Formats: sequence, C-alpha cells, structure tokens
Amino acid sequence: MTGFQLRLAGAAAILLLALVPVLLSPFSITLMNYIGIYALAVLGLVLLTGIGGMLSFGQAAFVGIAAYATAWLTAREGYSPWLGLLLGLVLTGAVAAILGAVTLRLGGHFLSLSTIAWGLAIYFLFGNLSMLGQFNGISDVPPISIGGFALASSVRLYYLIWLMLVAALVLAANLLGSREGRAIRALRGGRIMVESLAIDPFRIKLATFVIAALLAALSGWLYAHMSRFVSPAPFDVEVGILYLLMAMVGGMGHLLGAVVGAAIVTVLKNSIQDYLPLIAPGASGQLEIVVFAVLFILLLQRARAGIVPFALRYLPALWPSAPVAAASLDRRPQPERGKPLLTVTGAMRRFGGLVAVNDVGLELRAGEILGLIGPNGAGKTTMFNLITGTLSPDRGQITFLGDDITRHAQRRIARAGIARTFQHVKLRPSMTLLDTVLLGTYARTASGFVAGALRLDRAEEARARAEAMWQLKRVGLAERAFDLAGNLPLGNQRLLEIARALAADPALLVLDEPAAGLRAGEKAVLARLLQVLKAEGLTMLLVEHDMDFVMGLVDRVVVMDFGSKLCEGTPAVVRRDPRVQEAYLGGVA
Amino acid sequence: MDREIATILAMDGIASGAIYLLIGLGFVLIFAVTRVIFVPFGDIAAFTALTLASLEMGRRPGTISLVAVLAVLAMSIEGVSLFRARALARLPRALFYYLVLPLLPAGLVWFAAGAALSMPVRIGLSVALVLPIAPLLDRVVFRPIADASVLLLLTVAVALHFALVGLGLLFFGPEGVRTQPLTDAVFDIGGLVVNAQTLLIVAASLVFSGLLFLFFEFTLLGKALRATAVNRTGARLVGIRPAATGTIAYLLASLLATISGVLIAPVTTIFYDSGFLIGLKAFVGAIIGGMASYPLTALGAVMVGLLESFASFWSSAFKEVVVFSILIPVLLWRSLSLVSTQEDEVEE
Repeated sequence: MTGFQLRLAGAAAILLLALVPVLLSPFSITLMNYIGIYALAVLGLVLLTGIGGMLSFGQAAFVGIAAYATAWLTAREGYSPWLGLLLGLVLTGAVAAILGAVTLRLGGHFLSLSTIAWGLAIYFLFGNLSMLGQFNGISDVPPISIGGFALASSVRLYYLIWLMLVAALVLAANLLGSREGRAIRALRGGRIMVESLAIDPFRIKLATFVIAALLAALSGWLYAHMSRFVSPAPFDVEVGILYLLMAMVGGMGHLLGAVVGAAIVTVLKNSIQDYLPLIAPGASGQLEIVVFAVLFILLLQRARAGIVPFALRYLPALWPSAPVAAASLDRRPQPERGKPLLTVTGAMRRFGGLVAVNDVGLELRAGEILGLIGPNGAGKTTMFNLITGTLSPDRGQITFLGDDITRHAQRRIARAGIARTFQHVKLRPSMTLLDTVLLGTYARTASGFVAGALRLDRAEEARARAEAMWQLKRVGLAERAFDLAGNLPLGNQRLLEIARALAADPALLVLDEPAAGLRAGEKAVLARLLQVLKAEGLTMLLVEHDMDFVMGLVDRVVVMDFGSKLCEGTPAVVRRDPRVQEAYLGGVA
Repeated sequence: MDREIATILAMDGIASGAIYLLIGLGFVLIFAVTRVIFVPFGDIAAFTALTLASLEMGRRPGTISLVAVLAVLAMSIEGVSLFRARALARLPRALFYYLVLPLLPAGLVWFAAGAALSMPVRIGLSVALVLPIAPLLDRVVFRPIADASVLLLLTVAVALHFALVGLGLLFFGPEGVRTQPLTDAVFDIGGLVVNAQTLLIVAASLVFSGLLFLFFEFTLLGKALRATAVNRTGARLVGIRPAATGTIAYLLASLLATISGVLIAPVTTIFYDSGFLIGLKAFVGAIIGGMASYPLTALGAVMVGLLESFASFWSSAFKEVVVFSILIPVLLWRSLSLVSTQEDEVEE
C-alpha cells in the first residue's frame, strides 16, 4: 500500500463516518458518541502507556477534572461551554504537570500504583466537595453551542465528537513521526540509551503525561455536555481501569487501537446488558461485571497484543516513500587535528570497597584512535562510564574541548559532542532503521511537540532524514532503511548503533567493545568501517577486549589492569611490554 | 481534641496499621515471587470476614460455590495440560491437590453451616475455606500467562478483582457485616484503657510477620522462594520450580489475608467490595516503606493507619482523600532521594 492509497482509505473512512447519522438508528448514534468520547481518553493512554511505557490507572480522574470544571463553570456560574473547555484544559494540564513532576521519576510499578492512589484521591474529592454537589453531582449542564446553534441532539454532537477524535488521531500520528515523538517511542529503551542521545527522558515523560491528560480533558468536556450531568462515578479508578482494558483490547502500541478498543468494549458491554437477563434472569446486574471481567481475562490470555496488531497482519504492508532529497544538517566545527580533545586526570571510582578505577589519566588528541584495553575486570567499562557520564568519578577531572565535564549529566555530555555505542546493543526493536538513526539527530534539530503535531517541522525533518539516510549509507545499511531494527543480525545492529551515533555529528565517538560477539566476517566489515571513519578524521576511543581487532586499528593504546593504568604507547611498543604480557598471559615463568 | 480521644484514635490507628501490615506483606510476597501485583488480595480478606459472618448467622456462605467452581476449573485445566503432556500418571496427585484438598473444607462447611459452632471452629473453617481461593486463581488465571509482562499481569489482576467483587455481591449480598468481637476484655494500663481486641490484632500482626521472617531466613523452602524472587531462570537452573514456589507464595499470602480478615471483621463493617480499599491502603503503607525493608513497611503501614484514624476524626468525608494524597509528598521525597541510584529499566 502506498502513501496515496493510505490517504484514500483514510478519506473513505471519514466519508463513512460522516454518513453514520444517515445510516444508523438514533440509539446507535448515541453509542457512537460514547465510543468517540471514550476513544479520546484511551488515545491518551495509548500514547502514555502503550508507546511511552508509563502505566496509568488515573486517566479517568483527568477526564473528571475537566468534566467537573466545565459543569461547574457553565451550570453553576453560567459561562459559555467554550470557556469551560478552556478551564478544563488548563486545570487538567496543571494538575497533570504537578502530579507528573512528583511521580514520573519513580520506577515502573511505583508509578502505576501511585496513579491508583491519586486517582482515588481525586475521585473522593469530587464526592465530598459541596461546591461540586458531593455524590449528587452537578445537573443541568447546558449543551455546547456554536454561534447560537445548540448541539443538544446526539446527531449534532456526533459530528463535533468525531471531528475532534479524528483531529486528535491525526495530530498524534504526526507527533509520533516527528522528533519529539521518536523520543517518546525511545523511552522504553531505558534511561541510559535515551540520555546517550541527548534526550532528557524526564522532560519527554512529563510532556507525554500532560498530552495524555489533555486528551482526557477533551473527552471529559464532551462527556459533561453530552450527558448534561456529572457525578463522581464515571471518574472512579474502576473506569480508569476500563480505559486501560479498552487500550489493551484494541492494541496498546497503535493509535487506532484506541478507537477499536473503545468500540469493542462499549458494544460488548451494551450487548451483555441486553442478553444477560435472557440467560440469567434475576442475577443479571451482578453477573454483568463478572461476565465482562472473565471475557477480558480470556482475551488477555489468548491475544496479548490486542486486536489491531492481529488485524494488521492480514492487511497489505505500507510501502514507505523514500526520503526526498534535501541538504544534510549543519555540521559542528570539528576540532583541529592534533589538538587535545579529551583529557582525563587522576580519575578514581569506588564501588563499596572495590576501587574499580584508581588514579587513571589519559589524553586523546583530535583525529586519532585510542584503544583502551585490559583483561576482564580491569576497569575499562567503568572508565568508559565515567567519560560518557553514566557514572561520575569520586575524584579526578575530565575535560572535553576545554570544558570541565566531570560532573555533567549524561545527556549534556552527549550534547557536547561525545557519541557512544553499547556493548549490549540498545535499540528499539520495533523502530525502523531510519527512525533509529533519526534519533541520533535529536541534539542537532530543534522542533518541539507542537511543531511536530502540526507538521511545521517538515523542512528540518527532510534535512534530518537526508542526514540519516546518508549515515545509513555510510555503514552500508541504506537498502534496509525501512526494516525493523529488531530483525537485524547482531553485526548489523552494531553498525546501526554506529550510524545512530554518527548522526549526532560527534567530535568524539566512543565504542564499547564493538567486536564482542561478532563473527569473523562481521568483524572485518566493522574494522573497514572504522578505518574509513578514521581516514575522514573522526576521533575515536575504542574500549575493546579483542587484541587483534584493536592492534590493527588504533594509533595508541592505554592498557589497564586491576583498575590502574599499566602502560601506554603505540601498539608495537605495548605488545612488547612485559607487564602487558604478564597481565594477559599470567606471566612467563 | 483531648488526650483521651487522641489515645483512642492512636490505638485505632495502630490496630488498622497492623492489619495493613499483614496485607502489605502478602502483596510484596506474591509480587516478589510471581511478578503479579495481586490486586484482589484485599478481596480475599473481605471474603474471609463475610464467610465468618455467614457462619455466625447460621447461613451457608457463598464462598463454598466459589471454591467449588474454581477447584473444578483448575482441575480441568490441569487435566488438559497433563493429557497434552502425556503425563496422566500425575493425574491422581493433581486430583488430590486441585480437587480434594480445596473441596474438603468446602464440604465441611457445607455440612457444618447452620449448626451451633464455637468461635474457634468458625474461624478455623472460614480460614480453611478461603485459603485455597488465591492458589486456585493462580492456577486458572495467572499460570497460563506466567511469562507475560508485569503490565499485562497487573491488568489481568485488576480484571480479576472486578470479577470477584461481582461474585461477592452475588454470594454475600449488599449488606455490610460485623462479626462478634474475638474478646471483650479491657485492660487498664496506668490510666490508659486498652481493648484486648486491639492488643490481639497487634500481637497477631507481629507474630505472623515474625514467622514469615523466620520462614524466609531459616528454611530451605523460604530460601527457594527468595531465590525465585531474585532470578526465576537461575532458580530453575538449581532445580526450583517457579510454578510450585508461586503456589506456596499464594498460600502463605492467603494465610496472611484470611487472618487479617478475621481480625478486621469485628472492628470494621465489611461489605462485599471493601477489600479493594483495604488492599490499596496496605499498598500505600508498603510504598511509604519503600517495599525494601520489613521494619520500614511496618512503619509505613502504621503511619497509614494512624493517618486514617485521625483524618476520620477531623473530617470523615475526606479521610480517603487524605490517605491517598499523603502518598504524593512521600513519593516526592522518595523520588528526590532516589534519583542517583535509579536503575536502568528496559522494557521490550
């Protein structure tokens, strides 16, 4: 399927949606309205939980804040529903920003459990504030009106609801294809990978959290003016869980999963209400929730990924369009050849009683390749982590391009021009090669969330894509640009990581055991690539185990053993050093 | 508020804190061994209280049918999987564990209900009847998806909670119950009036958390459970079966839940859906304690109990708001103190 066919299918779907009021009964239209309203809240959850990896049970509370805000402002104070929308969005966004700032630093399960806690707190607050009518709620909420035209009937409201839903879907899809959207998709790769790309994971998480809350607010506003009445019950944590179930049924990783899930759950719930009394008269009220829960457990046991990924297998794959020709991104001025680039003096790091790195110093000049070698447990990886900012040293100083970076955060060091790869590759298996490399350009581009969602970033995006394609070509993976990173063999994944690092236009590339686990052929390809990069003048620090691989590549070698520097020099000198031979071979008695 | 009221509130708070501690420990136990955040855990405690109340009133508790249905379901699933694995020789053993053992107390209660039973017998029967529910649910619901992500397991646990609450309403009806006090004795310690009931709750909580500690520290089985919690694959390599340790974790945790159900039933009115909030408050306590150390978890649980008790005195309407919002400053403090030691969490 090409992009044109996809747009055609989208247009057909929108036409069908527009005809719904003509084709369906009034009752079905009301059902469609509920589906649309739920889908908006669930869309937020898909972004937050399915794509960003933050599990929240509190989405219903955000729906409630906006619903109550607009109900109070319109029914109690007599203002226009549109002001209610504004108040709802601002209030929900503010509450989400505060809650997010407090809870988003927590690890996985604590975060989700805390959402249950504050979700309940907000629910009980609704039920006990006399200003909000306590458990009786607020009635007589006016309908939304556009220029005197009141959207009181469900058919009229239908168009507003689905217009907003389609708009939200388009904006969300745009966002995910943009710079900040890629950062959201990378979040699940862990803090270290994300920070190595100069991305601030906390900022991205907070923004995603607020976006999800704003979608919930939109849903709450529509809900309040559709049902014309608000009470605490529809905003309980149980409903938050229902939203989560909708997302899981539809497919957590897909935006359309929100709509499909909301539709299936709403229709199913409705039909259970219809048919259960026929099967079990008398006990139907109690049994409804039981049947519902059991159906869900069965579904989650049998089809874990949800309906949309399942259906996508039977649809034709989307043919990606090749990136349009554009100028690559601007490059940073590379340091002058031979000038000191990175200087480490007296670095020390302890882990409890173990001194992993003890008073190690080294200097790296622009344009050279330095190898850092040593037997197992020599402290190479700790040294590597000190330089890239994953750890900070207990003592000593690290300067890069004349700046002291000793205590800088990892992402600040990445932004300063040190790019890295990982010994155990850190890639998002479900992202394409192109998107993976585009992540590398994060620090060189500037488009924000709004620009991404509104597609105001296209000029910059075209340049970034041209840059990414060029880097893929450099490592020899350009033909597979639209394959998924998870489908590559290990050797190619290493090359992909190098391409991602190169896309950041680094002044220094640090490689953590790049040859580990590679076959001979793959090693040769890697060595050739590094030689080409060296010829182009890129400075590299190579932490490596494999002596043959290192010795053929580097200008100088630093040897570490038991946390200390053993010696330093050209490969030929180091090879002859009796201390090195002893460290590696255990001494020639 | 004078000193007397403050004392009463404090004692109330410590008593509920002791119950939250038992349930919180159960949560941590099941999560550590099976990665399941067993949301219906509070429901198990509530079901025990409701079963006990039914027996007191001389009724047949609805829990019997729940256990029977679950036992038959678990047996059929086990039977099918044994048949597929061509291991029918293990069928008698499975029959004993999945059918006979759970149905034994159910049958006893079926015949004994209505007769005049002494309190210890009623309590014993209720505990024995409710005990198999969680392990059976584990077999039916969680074992088939044991390798799924924590997120999926959590969602399934939440759905399971809904099913149980619905069944609770069906079996026990909407009325709240309160059982007879375990003891009426009152002590006067230096002008301080202390209910023996409160002392009993605190003592039971201390004894059972102490026993749990001894079990984990000094028995081979306890060490096997801890090994499974640390690394499932590693545990399997040394011959520990994660499925079996999972069942034991569920049984132990169930025991904690049933005991807290028995303890809480005389002091609080329990409804079919009371379990969720009880469980959640226990969890708040565990989070305050960081879920890292037993003493801190105890402190957190007592803190939640005290907070709840004092908040309900000042404004009973807002007590839940207070208890659940207190989590936010606590989390803020924890997040600020934990930033540097954050682990790298990677999900696939």
